[in-house]
Amino acid sequence: MSVLIFAELDEGKIKKSSLEAIFYGAKVAEMTGTSATAIIAGPADDAELASAGRFGATKVLHATDPKLTEPNGMAYATVVAAAVQQEGSKVIVLAKSSLADAMTARLAGKLKAGLAANVIELPDLSNGFLVKTSIYTGKAFAHNELKADIKILAIRKNTITPEEKDGTAPVETFTPALNEADFAISVKNTEKSSGDILLPEADLVVSAGRGLKGPENWGIVEDLANALQAATACSKPVSDLDWRPHSEHVGQTGIKVSPNLYIACGISGAIQHLAGVNSSKVIVVINKDADAPFFKSADYGIVGDVFDILPRLTEAVKAL
Amino acid sequence: MKILVCVTSVPDTTTKIAFTDNNTRLNKAGVTFITGPYDDYALARAVELKEKTGASVTVLNVGEADTEPVIRKCLAIGADDAIRVNAEPTDAYFVAEQIAAIAQETSYDLILMGRESIDYNGGQVHGIVGEMLGIPSISPVMLLDIEGDTAQITREIEGGKESLEAKLPLVLGCQEPIAEWKIPNMRGIMTARTKPLKVVEPTGTDKLTTVDSYELPAPRGAVKMIPAEEAETLIQLLHNEAKVI
Ligand SMILES: Cc1cc2nc3c(=O)[nH]c(=O)nc-3n(C[C@H](O)[C@H](O)[C@H](O)COP(=O)(O)OP(=O)(O)OC[C@H]3O[C@@H](n4cnc5c(N)ncnc54)[C@H](O)[C@@H]3O)c2cc1C
Ligand SMILES: Cc1cc2nc3c(=O)[nH]c(=O)nc-3n(C[C@H](O)[C@H](O)[C@H](O)COP(=O)(O)OP(=O)(O)OC[C@H]3O[C@@H](n4cnc5c(N)ncnc54)[C@H](O)[C@@H]3O)c2cc1C
Repeated sequence: MSVLIFAELDEGKIKKSSLEAIFYGAKVAEMTGTSATAIIAGPADDAELASAGRFGATKVLHATDPKLTEPNGMAYATVVAAAVQQEGSKVIVLAKSSLADAMTARLAGKLKAGLAANVIELPDLSNGFLVKTSIYTGKAFAHNELKADIKILAIRKNTITPEEKDGTAPVETFTPALNEADFAISVKNTEKSSGDILLPEADLVVSAGRGLKGPENWGIVEDLANALQAATACSKPVSDLDWRPHSEHVGQTGIKVSPNLYIACGISGAIQHLAGVNSSKVIVVINKDADAPFFKSADYGIVGDVFDILPRLTEAVKAL
Repeated sequence: MKILVCVTSVPDTTTKIAFTDNNTRLNKAGVTFITGPYDDYALARAVELKEKTGASVTVLNVGEADTEPVIRKCLAIGADDAIRVNAEPTDAYFVAEQIAAIAQETSYDLILMGRESIDYNGGQVHGIVGEMLGIPSISPVMLLDIEGDTAQITREIEGGKESLEAKLPLVLGCQEPIAEWKIPNMRGIMTARTKPLKVVEPTGTDKLTTVDSYELPAPRGAVKMIPAEEAETLIQLLHNEAKVI
């Protein structure tokens, strides 16, 4: 028996959110007196895979079939289900992401597993198996009891702070039978900005709204984001107007983020916007209107004009 | 073509969430229930496909009788008929089982859902249903076109998007900009009253998860305001006090 962690790769490297999941899974293994195995699909070198050991994994299963090179939620679910069977795992841990969502649901269907999405703490095992999750888009929490024999925990970013230690995990090649039906969808074209910090993975986020007036003004937002090595985000009207790509839209109907720092520039703070960002650790609001509702949900605020303030903040970051 | 659209009945996005009964139930007093915003996108695209290709659109909700106003609104927007599975939808697997059971009775070419519910934000039901039916599931879908038995789909991925091609039948989780939200007109509201709404009892009773209690987040501390002329000190505070940069 072991806790199984599904870890994702981004360009051959284990994603940061997956390292958090590995650390979380290792903690659960410790609590339940078992070991933590990571399952990773797709191309990566052994040194990178073995580094899962620094975050507490005691073994890495590497699914190397070339058909798994492109992320595929359905095929990955087949692979993870085979790993669950081989390892006799009762608890599966992963970091929430669009690929993980697709994988997890298929897996839950295969295993008839009890699934908790948006887990934000380690489980409470004192009386059954209780996990705390974020619900109503961050407006509340639920204490869920997972009653099924097999449990899947999809953790939200910043649930736990991983601690690194020395050590590597042995890597075993894993070659389960694949299911032809999982490859029925053909990918014709992928558009992905490479090199940028992925918004759901980012520790720091600089976000801007309609107060920026137009797409031509985003330079000052990007300058601050670059200086901080932050990802950029935007409000819904900004992506609706095509000022920014849809993948940057945060809020109730967009991406939910929980970074260490969220800087909102020229965003009024509508409840639907707050819903997607209010679990950020620190929130900074810059708005020229002192009555903007966002200030009520902020830790730091500046009443001022973004066109004046942002370039000055960028210079101050560079001077750090 | 037969389309099934699965909709949730959820508190309006502006709702201030509160709980009662010792934090074990949502306080529904004064809460307006709406169709999930993502489900609205799914429904709107289904109605567009109906107008374009003459597809039939059935709306499905797993919920108790108090969800019927939301179902009627979907009929007013353009769905042809509706099914309500009479059960409290308290677990994603349980809900998926109900949807799969309905889908097994009538073979739908397309099962459209929202990317996620806005109450539990699971984003799972479409994938579980796809697995139960043994057909592909794709989410979040931003564009959908159907040509014969083939769907052209644009899906959002982290930091971008990809175009996909797949054969029907499919289960899709939808989001913007797949279609514009639709508002029912007077004629729609009138005809919705007489469109069929079938109520069926649930199959299977497995609840794999239950909620023991709810909790509200602790309020944020007071905001620290920094005068615009001293904006640069913000960076010092983030570095030395908040320690986030
Ligand atoms: C069902 C539903 C779902 C929704 N989902 C989302 C969602 O996911 N995400 C989302 O963001 N919204 C969502 N919305 C929309 C939301 O209600 C707001 O309309 C939206 O968030 C407003 O965007 P904004 O703050 O950029 O624009 P505005 O509300 O127009 O605010 C612009 C702000 O910029 C300030 N400003 C202007 N000029 C300057 C300047 N020079 N310097 C500094 N400040 C300036 C103004 O004072 C103002 O506060 C949703 C709405 C509905 C009904
Ligand atoms: C009183 C009450 C208590 C609840 N308690 C729980 C709980 O303890 N745990 C829990 O997980 N959920 C609970 N919910 C249920 C929640 O509303 C969902 O219906 C269900 O759990 C699936 O949630 P999800 O977030 O995984 O859905 P998602 O996977 O995010 O939903 C994706 C899509 O699936 C479809 N869908 C989801 N639910 C339904 C439905 N009921 N009918 C038709 N289509 C649907 C929609 O198209 C939706 O956009 C409760 C609901 C109520 C009313």
